[in-house]
Amino acid sequence: MSTTAIDIHPSYQPEGLEGQGFFATSLDKVVGLARANSLWPLPFATSCCGIEFMATMASHYDLARFGSERLSFSPRQADLLMVMGTISKKMGPILRQVYEQMAEPKWVLSMGACASSGGIFDTYSVLQGIDRIIPVDVYIPGCPPRPEQVLDGILQIQKLAESEERRRRESPEYKALLAQYGIE
Amino acid sequence: MNATSSTYDEKQYSTLNLGPTHPATHGIFQNILTMDGEMIVDSVSTVGYIHRAFEKLAEHRPYNQITPITDRLNYCSSPINNMGWHMTVEKLIGAEIPKRAQYMRVIIMELSRIADHIVCDTVIAVDTGAMTGFLHLFQYREWIYEIFEEICGARLTTNIGRIGGMERDFSPKAWEKLDHFLKNFPTGLREFQKLVDRNRIFMDRTINVGGITVDMALDYGFTGPNLRAAGVDYDVRVANPYSSYEDFEFDIPVGTNGDTYDRYMVRMEEMWQSLRIIEQAVKNIPDGAYHADLPEFYLPEKQDVYNKMEALIYHFKIVMGETAVPKGEVYHSVEGGNGELGFYLVSDGGRQPFRLHFRRPCFIYYQAYPDMIRGGMLSDAILTMSSMNVIAGELDA
Amino acid sequence: MSELLEIVKNKLQDKFGDAVLASEMHYDFPVFILKKELVKEALKFLKEDAELNFHFLTTMCGLHHPENPAESEFGLMYQLHNMPKNWRIRIKTFMSRENLDMLTVTDVWKTAGWMERQEFDFFGFNFVGHPNLKRILNMDEMNYFPMRKEYPLEDMQRDDKNDKMFGR
Repeated sequence: MSTTAIDIHPSYQPEGLEGQGFFATSLDKVVGLARANSLWPLPFATSCCGIEFMATMASHYDLARFGSERLSFSPRQADLLMVMGTISKKMGPILRQVYEQMAEPKWVLSMGACASSGGIFDTYSVLQGIDRIIPVDVYIPGCPPRPEQVLDGILQIQKLAESEERRRRESPEYKALLAQYGIE
Repeated sequence: MNATSSTYDEKQYSTLNLGPTHPATHGIFQNILTMDGEMIVDSVSTVGYIHRAFEKLAEHRPYNQITPITDRLNYCSSPINNMGWHMTVEKLIGAEIPKRAQYMRVIIMELSRIADHIVCDTVIAVDTGAMTGFLHLFQYREWIYEIFEEICGARLTTNIGRIGGMERDFSPKAWEKLDHFLKNFPTGLREFQKLVDRNRIFMDRTINVGGITVDMALDYGFTGPNLRAAGVDYDVRVANPYSSYEDFEFDIPVGTNGDTYDRYMVRMEEMWQSLRIIEQAVKNIPDGAYHADLPEFYLPEKQDVYNKMEALIYHFKIVMGETAVPKGEVYHSVEGGNGELGFYLVSDGGRQPFRLHFRRPCFIYYQAYPDMIRGGMLSDAILTMSSMNVIAGELDA
Repeated sequence: MSELLEIVKNKLQDKFGDAVLASEMHYDFPVFILKKELVKEALKFLKEDAELNFHFLTTMCGLHHPENPAESEFGLMYQLHNMPKNWRIRIKTFMSRENLDMLTVTDVWKTAGWMERQEFDFFGFNFVGHPNLKRILNMDEMNYFPMRKEYPLEDMQRDDKNDKMFGR
């Protein structure tokens, strides 16, 4: 056994005042830090990408390392909507309903070509990208994306969550964005 | 209802909506259940939530571009779908595939059958509360994906092989990984079986649950492991052998009750048989070409395209889909992860199929689901669904 | 397999006379084209006959041949299987656009239930006697039958595809 002490670096440390036994920073940043590292994803898995998400969750890639292993199947408690797989027109209204049921703050991750743009299925029955019905924060390309890409996507969402101002969701810009999609 | 009459002796049914995004259904299926307390009285299934119009799409794509579409049918075992499609076209054009390529295909197909059954069996275990097995066996599934990645460059939606054979020979690294998998997987599988097979809770939850009789199963068009669990030894690999399956010695596991436990056990045993087939194929694989001599359909080596006129012409013709295909109609079926996966192809000689119909085993047997869960408990219905291995992509096409 | 063609052909001709319009081998499959009115009866006969015993409906699908004469524009294909003898045959029938009625076979094979619903959804075949003939894969609101050749693959309501960008 090596005796070297292991240095533990938190992945992100906000700016602030540091001293013996205390650390002071703004509330925004603390909240952001807490939110980012305990995202509860709602896996909205419809097809192939869902199987890759299973691989991401399982032992080899282990999403739990990033604090997101607690899947919330109820939209009420979820922070992150992960849309994985083709969304058909028949499914569209359901996806939208799930999004509307989620509490603020909420983020949306669109995984794979189908969810992002319709992918190879440029057909009469497939919705050409979920951003036609709900706003999307991060897109992951690939058909399906590798688990590493999914992890990267989650890290991107964490960055967003960390740096989000507490009052952004009440801002007129945000309301205008939702109004574009016809969401109250 | 008359308010004055006694309502004590009248049955009150409640309606429960299960799906389409229910966490326990592993896919997007909606079942509207009529419940008498915890018992299911009736159910109505709604499907089509990821209808992607495969059949229409296939009428607008040249033959070699249909392979990626077939990937997305049963995405747990994409290579079987790819191979099924290649063999259908090969049957149409009358191509003879070299023995080496056929054995390579067998290895790939059986590996993906194992990957498919791992998903199904571990998910049955998860639904009875055994998460450990899932986490354990998925590690081995990851190794299968690594082999696929070494062979074709993709993990899940593989687009593996070409019309006329394989796109390249297995690399030494692929053989090495295959060897590693064959050496270590039996241990892992045995551990999983020790954990689950004779587990009291698991047996209580699955035996005599969601059963189906032979007659019903045949009437509902069951094929694959679900039909074999009911007791019919129908396997396309034996009934109508393709890709040299007649060279291999393997057993067809058959159940007796057709219940969830039998379906689980049949899949378990099929994994062992697949391992047996792979071992034989690895041992006996002949030397030779890994693709047929089919210049009109098989893409030439990239180096040749730059240096040889003929190769350039064929490359252009294949990519643009200008090769002549005989007219006719052909049906070819393979034993997919879930049963008989059939391709009915009508060609009018054009660059794309005139009509391509997929016989999708999931779509056909899922309609028996209301009959299988009637009279059972809600929690058993979830287990029945996961043991049937209903894959949304294949169901809705 | 061509002896199977003879066996089934003789049986069908004995029973239904000239309802058998054609019979030939397509690769490894004997294919019979029957008159539309007698298809249901013939399928039932093929299932119940002791020697033939085609007890398993493998699949069925619709066909649309716009190039055919009007009376045979639409078609249906049934594929039957006798598992113990490993016999497989295909039955086809053709009809006109005006008359897409077809007797259902759900009472012969339960598995035909969803298959017929799918072909109704795709082509608009009217399976007479089907217990629940409504769309299965597409939305109920859809007002056309997408697999017919005259309808395009792509969504007809799309407005974001600029033809200029696609060179058409």
